[in-house]
Amino acid sequence: MAVLVDKNSRVIVQGFTGSEGTFHAQQMIEYGTNVVGGVTPGKGGQTHLDRPVFNTVKDAVDQAQANTSIIFVPPAFAADAIMEAADAGIKVIICITEGIPVKDMIPVKEYIKGKDCRLIGPNCPGVITPGQAKVGIMPGFVFKTGRIGIVSKSGTLTYEAADQVVKAGLGISTAIGIGGDPIIGTPTKDAVEMLMNDPETDAIIMIGEIGGSYEADAARWIKANGNKKPVVGFIAGQTAPPGRRMGHAGAIVGGHDDTAAAKMAIMRECGLHVVESPAEIGATMIEALGLKAN
Amino acid sequence: MNIHEYQAKQVLKSFGVAVQEGIVAETADEAHAAALKLKEQYGSDFVVVKAQIHAGGRGKGTIVGKEQRGVAVAKNADKAKEIAGNILGGTLVTIQTGPKGKFVSKVLVAQDVYYPGANEPKEYYMSVMLDRSQSKNIIVYSTEGGMDIEHVAEHTPELIHKETIDPKVGLQGFQARKIAFNLGLSGEAHKQMVKFVTALYTAYDSSDSAMFEINPVLKTADDKIIAVDGKVSFDDSALYRHPDYAAMRDLAEEDPTEVEAGKHNLNFVKLDGNVGCMVNGAGLAMATMDIIKLSGGEPANFLDVGGSANATTVEAGFRIILQDPNVKAILINIFGGIVRCDRVAQGVVDAYKSIGNIPVPIIVRLQGTNAEQAKKLIDESGLKVYSAIVLKEAADLVQKAVSGTI
Repeated sequence: MAVLVDKNSRVIVQGFTGSEGTFHAQQMIEYGTNVVGGVTPGKGGQTHLDRPVFNTVKDAVDQAQANTSIIFVPPAFAADAIMEAADAGIKVIICITEGIPVKDMIPVKEYIKGKDCRLIGPNCPGVITPGQAKVGIMPGFVFKTGRIGIVSKSGTLTYEAADQVVKAGLGISTAIGIGGDPIIGTPTKDAVEMLMNDPETDAIIMIGEIGGSYEADAARWIKANGNKKPVVGFIAGQTAPPGRRMGHAGAIVGGHDDTAAAKMAIMRECGLHVVESPAEIGATMIEALGLKAN
Repeated sequence: MNIHEYQAKQVLKSFGVAVQEGIVAETADEAHAAALKLKEQYGSDFVVVKAQIHAGGRGKGTIVGKEQRGVAVAKNADKAKEIAGNILGGTLVTIQTGPKGKFVSKVLVAQDVYYPGANEPKEYYMSVMLDRSQSKNIIVYSTEGGMDIEHVAEHTPELIHKETIDPKVGLQGFQARKIAFNLGLSGEAHKQMVKFVTALYTAYDSSDSAMFEINPVLKTADDKIIAVDGKVSFDDSALYRHPDYAAMRDLAEEDPTEVEAGKHNLNFVKLDGNVGCMVNGAGLAMATMDIIKLSGGEPANFLDVGGSANATTVEAGFRIILQDPNVKAILINIFGGIVRCDRVAQGVVDAYKSIGNIPVPIIVRLQGTNAEQAKKLIDESGLKVYSAIVLKEAADLVQKAVSGTI
């Protein structure tokens, strides 16, 4: 059992035949992910990367029993793609696309409410359960199997954290890239909750960024639930000037509560192991687990 | 993307939001003519001259070297000309611009809206934005208009109201009425406020905006409700469907190095520090800035080169960072996944050779795919480039570079 994706996930790629979709589908297949096909409207019936192409997600669900989707559709069409997946009964929808207009995402959040599905992203690197399934764009080799869960708004910073964990002699249970947009399907707290409830995860790394209140919400939830597993936390952007967007659409300091310092203070108060330097994530995890550095 | 007040008012007006009218002027003579025209239209000698820059606090800000505020009332056209002459071509320093201030090339000569009448004029605050915790839009409003809303939020939070818009149905009539009642309005003013709020929300929604802030919203002495100032910020991701708004971008308001970086598809933000950095990924880029600070330096920039760090992007990045004379060292931090580190390393070496003599130490931290080969490539290049694989090593090298020991 793992969180969100495992060897039983039947994955389809929306935007299968495009350049991004093709490249990453190939990478996922090489990793061993069970990619059962893809969707490109108008190309149904064709074969791509030795797998069937469907016109609709519904066809992929009916004919290939798909239950997980990864979306590489361009920003103008991505909101539609998410809703199509939700409507077709896909359980885990992972949207990689960056740059979806906020106005398009507000109705998506509304649409998927109450449906039996989980949206990860958009603007995220995806989800990986090492050794079982990589449904994302992360370099698979960095993530060795183990019992540390990762929740992160950022792509390369997730790889960095995983690398430090592995170099410290530990490994990853599941890493969830939740995305850096102002509106995302799964906020930090929900992802942390999944890992808290996962019997295969012993401890969690929670990586946030300036902007919004997701990390503070998650920290308060962790405390309210009795700090059941150690959580190492980091917030990127301690040196970011207010009012400037730092790459990610959601990474902007708007007031007093969404600075890195404010979030880190709340995380400390809630009993998280907060690191000031992103170079200390692995070492701090070793300490938090009461282990000796190797 | 931010726009000027005069542009914001054009956008608002196009959706039927009542605004304080005005005419843009680029010279003192144009300001004079504008004031005369406004007198003709509205019958008052008084006008307001407002510097057009992308920053707030203009009314309290001053033009460098002059006893001139960024927003000033003129009692007649001659006075408007004099004020415009003081402001235009000057540098306006406000609480939001920082000590460097901003160059002013346009003023808005606006009608006097604080005229006497049957009732006292009254100012309110109103903004429309995304509430990220709900993933829904909200209208924020207050009776405390015309002042710093952060201050109001801190000291009298009970005076700030929020109305959430249900995305399934949009803004409803009862919500607009509630806002008008909560602002203490009745009669004609109440009716005008309902109209104002409805038009304002339509404008926000239809223009794909990320934020509207109208401070103040004014109830005039004859019970009109108008936007006296307007701050409009568009959602960058949606600009592709609004070419007319995209054309409102004023490059003069942006840092020239940021504009140049944009041309190379580099995500760059200019900062005031002494250590430049070049990173793949926005989160890692922010984290790298934090490492620079923790190592005793100050980040000189944010630069995300994205997923395609090659010789061309690295060279463009070098050139942009090196334009800043304060930069004493450059840290390149790439976590190679899909991107191969040895290719990035070759890119760094090629870019270094192409630029020639780079006067500051370069620290390159390459981790991930082919990191060892990359380190070897750099170590054997004979260039003044220091390589690291682990982030901690890179931090130590930055510390040495800042203290001048490498």
